[in-house]
Amino acid sequence: MSLWEYANPAKFMALSARILPALAITSSCLLLIGLLWGFFFTPADYKQGSTVKIIFLHVPTALMAINAWLMMLAASLIWLIRRHHVSALAAKAAAPIGITMTLIAIATGAIWGKPMWGTYWAWDPRLTSFMILLVFYFGYLALWEAIEDKDTAADLTSILCIVGSVFALLSRYAVNFWSQGLHQGASLSLDKEQHVDNAFYFPLLVCIAGMVLLFVTLVLIRTRTEIRLRRLLTLRLRNS
Amino acid sequence: MWSLILRDIRLALRSGGGFVLTLAFFLIVIMIVPFGVGADLGLLSRIAPGILWIGALLSCLLSLDRIFQLDWEDGTLEALATSPIPLSGIATAKATAHWLTTGLPITLASLPLGYLLNLNHNSYFLLLTSLAIGTPALSFIGTFGAALTVGVKRGGLLLSLLILPLYIPTLMLGAQSMSVGTNNPIELLALIAAISFMCIALLPFACAIALRANLK
Repeated sequence: MSLWEYANPAKFMALSARILPALAITSSCLLLIGLLWGFFFTPADYKQGSTVKIIFLHVPTALMAINAWLMMLAASLIWLIRRHHVSALAAKAAAPIGITMTLIAIATGAIWGKPMWGTYWAWDPRLTSFMILLVFYFGYLALWEAIEDKDTAADLTSILCIVGSVFALLSRYAVNFWSQGLHQGASLSLDKEQHVDNAFYFPLLVCIAGMVLLFVTLVLIRTRTEIRLRRLLTLRLRNS
Repeated sequence: MWSLILRDIRLALRSGGGFVLTLAFFLIVIMIVPFGVGADLGLLSRIAPGILWIGALLSCLLSLDRIFQLDWEDGTLEALATSPIPLSGIATAKATAHWLTTGLPITLASLPLGYLLNLNHNSYFLLLTSLAIGTPALSFIGTFGAALTVGVKRGGLLLSLLILPLYIPTLMLGAQSMSVGTNNPIELLALIAAISFMCIALLPFACAIALRANLK
């Protein structure tokens, strides 16, 4: 039993069909508990009032926006090295979810930024990095759409994802030279000193866990769709 | 490899090669900015570094689809792929020729154009240096984009969408190195040089993978 067995789409379909319901239920329960706990059962912050509660949506989506790209990077490497077909399709499946997460993170940040910083948008390093990340996602998807041969498209998008990761990282640090920050420091870290207060910390963790599972669920669903699309295409080619 | 570089340069210099077009485009981009923002010399002087860098970026972008497209269409690229030179070597030669016919002329042309935009007197040396060490990165990144999209019909728009995000770090550091508030431009120039060297060292291999996937 190894991970590589699931390069076989039939095995992947069988396994994912079995674990999907459990994943979907767990992720929705966690998100529901986390968001309800966060919105209704945490105290308002002494400086920011109740607007602070948007972090229960903002932080998990922002985390997943970056993690979705990292997952695409890993999947691209696996495709290039091992020719793992499901992996290439999973990378493609993750991109639109990454875009959605990025957009939600930017939108919730803007809604929260208006009362706090007095502006919806500022060219702050973190905000700018997310805008850049969004453009990288668009380019990646556009390349998938533009190339007809599926294996060539998988090759080219994989190499773009790897090169893009390097440049996205470079941009992340180059913006520090270019603009002063408005965004606060990390809300979570392994260093206990900088944490948000425990009252916010635990519901936030639940929300993050829920969002990770939601991402996995959605990627599995979309990968299954891609595999079925590929099968349909083959069938149509065989019949014509 | 030398003959490949010479061939590409000769093709670019002859009529229809795009060498003059690139420079003319650079001039026009710089020229329309005052039309858009007004002829206030103080304002122009402040935005000049950014405008010159963006102009260089766009002019570079314009000539990218020529790098592989013609060779791809008439089959030269396939012949080159079977030659003893590795594909990464071909990509390096192509990118070098592209830099010699666009990056270098743009760098030199930026001096008079900087004067048109009333660039700060102390900034000319920085303008020349930052463009000279930054444009190789633009050429190598651009060659990578051209290798990705060589199989796509009318891929110009797609190429811009793929390449411009990759240009962001170079642009930010390049324009920033000349801005008035920067007290340590050498640090920024060193970072631009680092990006260029990284692109020259690594991107030809990415180009080779992309070309191989396209030629399959």
